[in-house]
Amino acid sequence: MAQASVLEIPDLTLDGLLATPAGRELLSCIQCGTCAGTCPYGDFMRYTPRRLIGMLREGFIEEVLSTDDLLTCVTCYDCWAKCPRGLRLTDVLLPAVKEQVLLRLPEVPAELQSALANTMRYGNPMGESPRKRAAWVESAGVPVPILRDLGRPVDVLWIVECYTAYYPRGQDNARATARILHALGVDFAILGNEEKCVGECARLVGEKGLFDTLREQNAATYAKYEFGSLLTCDPHAFDALAYVYPALGLSRPVDHTTPFVAARLDALRPLLTKDLGYKITYHDSCVLGRHNHMHDEPRRILDALPGVSLVEMTHNRDNTICCGGGGGGMWLDTFYKAKGYPRLSDRRVEEALATGADVLAVSCPYEVPRFEDSLKVLGGDDRMVVRDVMELVAEALAD
Amino acid sequence: MPGAVWVIAEQWRGGLSEVTYELLALGRQIADDRGAALEAVLLGSGVVGLAESLGLADRVLYADSPAFAEPVGEVGSRALAALATERKPTVVLVPITNVSWDLVGLLPARLGVPLVNFCMDVAAVGDGLEARCLVFGGKMEVRAVPESEPVVIGVLPGARRADAGRSTKRPEVEPVAAPAPETCGVRLLGYEEPEAGDIDITQQEVLVSVGRGLQGQANLDLAEELAELLGGAVSASRPAVDMGWLPMTRQVGKSGMLVKPKLYIALGISGAPEHVEGMKDAALIVAVNTDPGAPIFNVAHYGVAEDLLEFVPVLIDKVKEHKS
Amino acid sequence: MKTLVLLKMVPDVVEELEVAGDGASLSRDFLRLIINERDENALEQALILKERHQGTVTVVAPDAPEVDDVLYTALARGADRVVKVTGLEEGVGSAEATVTVAAALSSVAGLLPVDLILTGCQAIDDLDGLVGPLVAHQLGLPYVGIVTGLDVHPGGMGRCLREYPGGVRGSFELDLPAVVGIQGAEKPPRYVPIAKVRAAMTSGTIETVAGSPPGALPLRVVEMKKPEVAERAEMIAGGLDDIASRVCEILAGRGLL
Repeated sequence: MAQASVLEIPDLTLDGLLATPAGRELLSCIQCGTCAGTCPYGDFMRYTPRRLIGMLREGFIEEVLSTDDLLTCVTCYDCWAKCPRGLRLTDVLLPAVKEQVLLRLPEVPAELQSALANTMRYGNPMGESPRKRAAWVESAGVPVPILRDLGRPVDVLWIVECYTAYYPRGQDNARATARILHALGVDFAILGNEEKCVGECARLVGEKGLFDTLREQNAATYAKYEFGSLLTCDPHAFDALAYVYPALGLSRPVDHTTPFVAARLDALRPLLTKDLGYKITYHDSCVLGRHNHMHDEPRRILDALPGVSLVEMTHNRDNTICCGGGGGGMWLDTFYKAKGYPRLSDRRVEEALATGADVLAVSCPYEVPRFEDSLKVLGGDDRMVVRDVMELVAEALAD
Repeated sequence: MPGAVWVIAEQWRGGLSEVTYELLALGRQIADDRGAALEAVLLGSGVVGLAESLGLADRVLYADSPAFAEPVGEVGSRALAALATERKPTVVLVPITNVSWDLVGLLPARLGVPLVNFCMDVAAVGDGLEARCLVFGGKMEVRAVPESEPVVIGVLPGARRADAGRSTKRPEVEPVAAPAPETCGVRLLGYEEPEAGDIDITQQEVLVSVGRGLQGQANLDLAEELAELLGGAVSASRPAVDMGWLPMTRQVGKSGMLVKPKLYIALGISGAPEHVEGMKDAALIVAVNTDPGAPIFNVAHYGVAEDLLEFVPVLIDKVKEHKS
Repeated sequence: MKTLVLLKMVPDVVEELEVAGDGASLSRDFLRLIINERDENALEQALILKERHQGTVTVVAPDAPEVDDVLYTALARGADRVVKVTGLEEGVGSAEATVTVAAALSSVAGLLPVDLILTGCQAIDDLDGLVGPLVAHQLGLPYVGIVTGLDVHPGGMGRCLREYPGGVRGSFELDLPAVVGIQGAEKPPRYVPIAKVRAAMTSGTIETVAGSPPGALPLRVVEMKKPEVAERAEMIAGGLDDIASRVCEILAGRGLL
């Protein structure tokens, strides 16, 4: 089973990649085609990962770089997970190729373009005011200290991230997380309006310059403060902070809220007193699940909630089905739809509905809007709701 | 007596725009307050009949020439500048519309006089004028005083009710000679009509937008009828498009279009953030949704907590009543 | 073909705008400036024409905070030269800056004459003048605005589409040189990856010319305030008939009926 690990080559370009032995090893593919078969959009790609590698090896680089094929890669990590050679396709080879594609693309799809431009200008893809990033704190119900105002070191610096900080349903997750951290007595703070997007999706969609800019800005911000470890609600940010930022000098332990809470279940258990009475099915996110194999942590948490029964979907754990939101997919729905591609979140929600569960639990802030949309479209929103694991924990906490 | 207040009458495709009457109502007030005459100025071809409908003005100056048949800013601004230089009005009101927009910029430039733009209201104050204007996309309102006259004022639609600008009185009508340049570097070759079924919702001033509350494509007629009555088009939220009720070109929101119409009627739209992102800047938002707690009411100016299928037919009747 | 694009920075309304202590201008505390959206479209249209007919694109903008980023981005997108005109104080309105920029154009070496001048047909701070018409008048060139499509034909003739109400578009012929006020480019402004912008910042140059502002403004802003807006929708209750009548009244009050 492939393991996520720190990127040894932080400043990775396609040229650089093809020139180094480590990079060329990425092309040591046996052309078995498992990647193409496992790719959720593989049927729609002219150059599947297998063909792409074949073409790069034979020097047909311009052909590969002149199609928008790779915009259909939603970085689900399935090709990486199933590759018998363990090649780092999803987070190393493909982003390097995508970067070149993006530089040549005559027209970047409008939605993606505005998400990237907004992230550059405002530090979040929605184009919301950076001055409102911590606005949700007002409604948190518990104190959420801002590190700059606190004026002292903290144990945990919580990187809230964009969807959790701004998107109304994401804020539910932020408020829930704040309550849980309080219940656990964690010494934490957030960066407030100083926080900016960590940039993982920009990196994976091939906007390396944007990622580099964000990481420079973020590294400078983090360096201003003393803290023990980083915590985030967003698996994509977790990946970037855990595996990419370290190569640039950030060497603090990083955790995601789900494993963080799972590790403190014993302390939390006495406080989980409210009977929820839910039948829950858990969706493994591609990043937290398939890439980081954190499958047991969320299930342990859900098991600890009073009055909850868990049912599994057919595709679970490493075999999970992608919601379609990663690697820029969050901002490519229109692009996919115009090409007639199915929405991956619809597939996932159909499977969730088939379990008869009334709650679809998730651990990634991208999944809430995607699955709620699909539930509406499929007419399942009268039977099922989508909740982040943190929301469910907070709901079970005594008032 | 101070120089006259002018209203530049907007003539396009054989008729006068409603906004002309709005400006007459505003101009009348300014003229009366400062004891000046109100003059409407009309450029066109074969427009004497139209001139006579501008009865709220004391006088209508009209220049009749094939050269003025179409409202081309480059042509009209030259003619009006020459006429203004001769007649010396002190205030010139020009409507802010797509038809007259080039005039708003060109006329003060040619006359070398100040422009006051984006005006919602103008009042005579002492010997001068004070304008209330909307700037920064409506985020700020300013009170502005022109330091000299004559002054050209760009007036936003809706400054006054058009009804208040109509009069059954027959105005004094005076044909005037205005220079029609033989060449001005800009020639209108013709008009392209919008293609049927290819409406650009970002360009519509009125949108009747439907969401899941419409319950089915079969009910789309209701929205279309309302949109047609209001002179707009039907747009939709994502679920309505995903369900195939409307083409993707009509989708408002994150995955669709960013629209800023003057009126946005949200029918059966809950107001998911992805949708609100695309329409929150509409000038007036009226939302109809059965759920009084729907987030759409946080962004709407007016809310109706009723079933759209029951409410819209009643609204259609009322609008018809109002228009007749 | 030589094309000149005039850009300007306007307040970014994504950030909450605040009134300054004088009660008549914007507070600078949190103000951020952004390129006027229609100017960005004008640049895009100029680049499209350059790709189609060759030539050069020069961008000129009045100096303002964050304008350097915009000018480097313009270089990264494909502009050949970028110039900023210094010596202007910021304030609401376009007239002073436009007149200053227009007068400074002759100081930009090798710029004039040009075949086309493109700029946005409107900006959110155009309180006292519109850039295109003012520049056209000062240079003695014809002007047409609200343009959504523009091409150049052999023999120095321009063809453009201008928007009229109701989706109708007027087709125009233009003698060049001319000033065109762009509403929208043929396609949305192109995205340029940040790596390219960073490269332009290293290798590109922003030229500078000094402008001489004309002095006294013809329009004095005596008060600035936020328009009053309701927090939440005013809910209209009653029988369906009453509600419908009230909605009609509201629409009529806004001139929408």
